[in-house]
Amino acid sequence: MSGTTSLTGPRAGPEELRQVAARVRRHIIGMIGLAGSGHPGGSLSAADLLTALYFRVLRLNPADPAWPERDRFVLSKGHAAPALYAVLAERGFFPVEELRGLRRLGSILQGHPDMKSTPGVEASTGSLGQGLSFGVGLAAAAKLDRAAWRVYVMLGDGELQEGQVWEAAMSAVHFKLDNLTAIVDCNGLQIDGPVEEVMSISPLVDKWRAFGWNVLSIDGHDMVQILDALETADRQPGRPTVILARTVKGRGVGFMENRAEWHGKAPSGEQLEEALRALGASGGPESPGTAGAAPGGPGPGRDGRSGTRKGKGGGRG
Amino acid sequence: MAAETRRMATRDAYGEELVEIGRENPDIVVLDADLSGSTKTSLFARVFPERFFNTGIAEANMIGIAAGLAAAGKIPFASTFAVFAPGRVYDQIRMSVAYPALGVKIAATHAGLTVGEDGASHQALEDLALARVLPNLTVIVPADGPETRAAVRAAVAHPGPVYLRLGRAPVPVIYPDGRSFTIGRYDVLKEGRDVALVASGIMVDICLQAALSLAADGVLAAVVNASTLKPLDEETLLAVAARTGAVVTAEEHSVIGGLGGAVAEFLSGTLPVPVVRVGVADRFGRSGRPDELLEAYGLTPRAVADAARKAVSLKRA
Repeated sequence: MSGTTSLTGPRAGPEELRQVAARVRRHIIGMIGLAGSGHPGGSLSAADLLTALYFRVLRLNPADPAWPERDRFVLSKGHAAPALYAVLAERGFFPVEELRGLRRLGSILQGHPDMKSTPGVEASTGSLGQGLSFGVGLAAAAKLDRAAWRVYVMLGDGELQEGQVWEAAMSAVHFKLDNLTAIVDCNGLQIDGPVEEVMSISPLVDKWRAFGWNVLSIDGHDMVQILDALETADRQPGRPTVILARTVKGRGVGFMENRAEWHGKAPSGEQLEEALRALGASGGPESPGTAGAAPGGPGPGRDGRSGTRKGKGGGRG
Repeated sequence: MAAETRRMATRDAYGEELVEIGRENPDIVVLDADLSGSTKTSLFARVFPERFFNTGIAEANMIGIAAGLAAAGKIPFASTFAVFAPGRVYDQIRMSVAYPALGVKIAATHAGLTVGEDGASHQALEDLALARVLPNLTVIVPADGPETRAAVRAAVAHPGPVYLRLGRAPVPVIYPDGRSFTIGRYDVLKEGRDVALVASGIMVDICLQAALSLAADGVLAAVVNASTLKPLDEETLLAVAARTGAVVTAEEHSVIGGLGGAVAEFLSGTLPVPVVRVGVADRFGRSGRPDELLEAYGLTPRAVADAARKAVSLKRA
């Protein structure tokens, strides 16, 4: 638990990650149910990707969230905040009990991510289209400092309709930011309906390729594919990588899956119980976080990367 | 004013000072959106190309990148014309800079009517209103070149975000080189007991001229350089309002929402005295020479003197 090993992620395998992701989904539904509002659909679609990042890929120190050499994750699709809060709590950035405060006055958990309120949140988001630019700035700073930390930005597919995303995409290639990985949670739905009907973003692979990115397409619920893509992205010299992750909005809760109306609505009463049952919860919505203990134990660093860090030690804490 | 009054554009002072502080502080980085020759950031780019980021014509992305750089410990100066920042990128400033209070310094040039021939599309007359209403954002309007240099240094020392409003046209130099500058502290350039002329930017010199003509008529006007629009120097405002009992505000900006609005809001709740606002009367600019435009829009010593007489006449018997 001490020294450099505490600075790196628990090196969880795919099966363990699936178990964590199941807890994350229970947290998501539990906290949104308690709050009475929030965005379950896009939180559930992102749960596996976030779990892989926070329990395998990102190098972090939950005891020192400002550790200068940490990897940075930016949730550009800020409405998936419940998913981010769930992995941060499970990872030990703050007590799991804090999840009960989501969206309440006085809570550290704002309706959308606020880097000033919540330990581990790296960017304030919620107005779509801005996170990739922020990530470009972070990655450019790492390059200036010749630092080894990496930057990961998660966007929604509907979010790609924002023009600023493409300004940022252009600049990341121009500035040769190979320390930047974008992940698009392609759940295919936005508030007003299917992305392809509201405003088509096709052909997505061609668009990113034309902008000069290295493009990987995966199943965003398959842990093996997710881990493989994130590791591949780290080894692409000279240009950034985007992972287009096909996902299911509302994944894990049958009546929410592929339903646009569950973009920004909280389940209540029987629906809430049914959702939690579907996710294998033993406790009710009044006890989010009790449906499984945090694994806690940190492990050694990622393959091939742990030795490449600058030896700055355990941060400023 | 002496006949051989030295003139200098505040944008020139900005560009030169950036190079100076760039030498002293390796964390200074500069961004521009294809206007570096006009904003004078090209001077910095020439000396420190690795710390200069040209985003092309993509202001939203520029602000987002600046925010990311600031989050990673850099001190970014982001420059474009004042019509584009804050106007075009208002949500990016609000979400990515002001809300998380990141230390981005937005140095916008070509503010106000004195842009001249380019006309209304390029004449920002509402930028101060937009900037002032954002929490956490410090708003500075230097009166001349030496004050601009000092304000740039003050912005570097200030940890939070700053909006620095600069002009295109050469303006009379009021202060000696090496002027000291404190954010939120006003300079009383001239004492007077009958009326206080509270001015910013190019209107400071115009108010000094107005005070001379008023003195010839026996009206003794104080002249205050209100170079920080936010935070207001409440102490100095209260002192001059109490001493004179009548206030005129003067700015190269709409009479709505800028210095006039801020002073009126403050004094109406603390020391209600007549406040007469000189500025652009709720309309867009147009093409013309800067001096012609100032005359046409009533930003002249004569207009200020008229406003001063009106303010004096409104004093309670």
